[in-house]
Amino acid sequence: MTKEIICVACPVGCGMQAEYAEGGSIISLTGNSCNRGLAYAQAELTNPTRMFHSTMRVEGGPLVSVKSAAPVPKARLMDCARATFAVRVRGPVAIGDTLLPNVCGTGVDLIATDRTI
Amino acid sequence: MYDLIVIGGGPAGMAAALEAEKNGVASILILERAEFLGGILRQCIHTGFGMHYFREELTGPEYADRFVVPVEQNPRIEVKLGAMALELRPGGETHTVIAVSKSDGLLELRAKAVVLAMGCRERPRGALNIAGTRPAGIISAGAAQKYVNMDGFLPGNEVVILGSGDIGLIMARRMTFEGAHVKMVCELMPYSSGLTRNIVQCLDDFGIPLKLSCTVVAVHGKERLEGVTIAGVDERLKPIPGTEEEVPCDLLLLSVGLIPENELTRGAGVPIDPATGGAIVNQNRETALPGIFSCGNVLHVHDLVDYVTLESQLAGAGAAEYIRRKNAGETVRAPEYVPTKAGEGVRYVVPQQAEKNEAAGVKLYFRVGGVHKNAVVRLYANGKELARKKRPRLAPGEMEHIEIAPRQLAELPEGAELTVEILE
Repeated sequence: MTKEIICVACPVGCGMQAEYAEGGSIISLTGNSCNRGLAYAQAELTNPTRMFHSTMRVEGGPLVSVKSAAPVPKARLMDCARATFAVRVRGPVAIGDTLLPNVCGTGVDLIATDRTI
Repeated sequence: MYDLIVIGGGPAGMAAALEAEKNGVASILILERAEFLGGILRQCIHTGFGMHYFREELTGPEYADRFVVPVEQNPRIEVKLGAMALELRPGGETHTVIAVSKSDGLLELRAKAVVLAMGCRERPRGALNIAGTRPAGIISAGAAQKYVNMDGFLPGNEVVILGSGDIGLIMARRMTFEGAHVKMVCELMPYSSGLTRNIVQCLDDFGIPLKLSCTVVAVHGKERLEGVTIAGVDERLKPIPGTEEEVPCDLLLLSVGLIPENELTRGAGVPIDPATGGAIVNQNRETALPGIFSCGNVLHVHDLVDYVTLESQLAGAGAAEYIRRKNAGETVRAPEYVPTKAGEGVRYVVPQQAEKNEAAGVKLYFRVGGVHKNAVVRLYANGKELARKKRPRLAPGEMEHIEIAPRQLAELPEGAELTVEILE
């Protein structure tokens, strides 16, 4: 089987052609300029992941921005968005604080990327 | 009386102030019109900042905080928030800045040197000539970003985005996460001005179509936007009759370019480069008026904040050297400048001139006019090649640079011009 994949590892955005076996393991890859392309293509074929970023409401205050501490499965992004929407955190918040541990059972924490003080 | 006034407390202003302080400037004032430092970075909650400068992938607020903390802790840097600079009056010995703030009222401030770091604004609807009514629901992508990420409001549910700049692409994903339905992104040009990775991560991942060579020709609705008419465009970017299509929506986001905000600069009589929309500067980012520097998006629109930081450090260090000379009473010989020029395929080059005896060499930053594959960037003067490099891909959305070594610069003959060009 073959698939066209555009690499998002860096701003170059290589157009790659992957030939892969049942289960997603890559047999051959063309079009990539570096090994990060191979790693990205392999992940895209088996378990595509993305960083997640959003905001959370702070009780009695404004919003605070959050990100996933590591990439989450791409298919779970909208679940993460819905879970984040429901959360109310108690301030004050500092950068790096864990605001939602193990979001949607992905094993990844949502952490604050801004501070409220 | 300050040594240095920095106008703008975003990434450019903070980096310039910190670098000036590091180079010995004793009293620095930052004027920031918002109620917080950090500028536009505070609403850019996605990652992708800092890969070059910090070798880490940070969000906007995290990147800003790396500068906000040292600025706030530095006793030689004073910050006035909620303070809007209204006018810059250049003078021989000192420059005057007129500003206004809620707490201080009208301020008349003096400094030996000034760094302009006001950033840029989004191109507004008025610049586009879209026919139709004037309903609510037509806003810039950056305004939507502020509503969603800082104020906690969703400005619409059925969304069309005009312009595929990075802010528009980022907002397509962001609005989707917040429950809106983003119907399409229309791009006038046959290519996107946004990064490919953003097209993949922000549109393809969510099945949002990108319509190239397509624009909005009319808007509908009286009080509130009810829909838009889109149409394909020909090679001359004119709408093609018969291709019109109505798209119901209650929000139209515009992501159609950024313009350096240079009202203060123009008012002070600083010469502007029509290609960048920013001041004409030398390698230290000093304008044609001695002691007035410019850096960041007010000088030219950058693709990455990392380059804003690096450029602003040049301006901060340049301002520090200017102030040191002033304090020491040194008279400076008028420097010998070599002008830089945009050659074939290049839209502009910054800085516009370089001092011949610059000991550190000079990096020339430039933007190309179109998309090139496997191209060569060439730097030459008077028919002699000085540097060349191969680039697998060049695109108008990405800033490039090429460097000239100090010896090459010093050896240039009288009347030489440094030209950057693209060879296919």
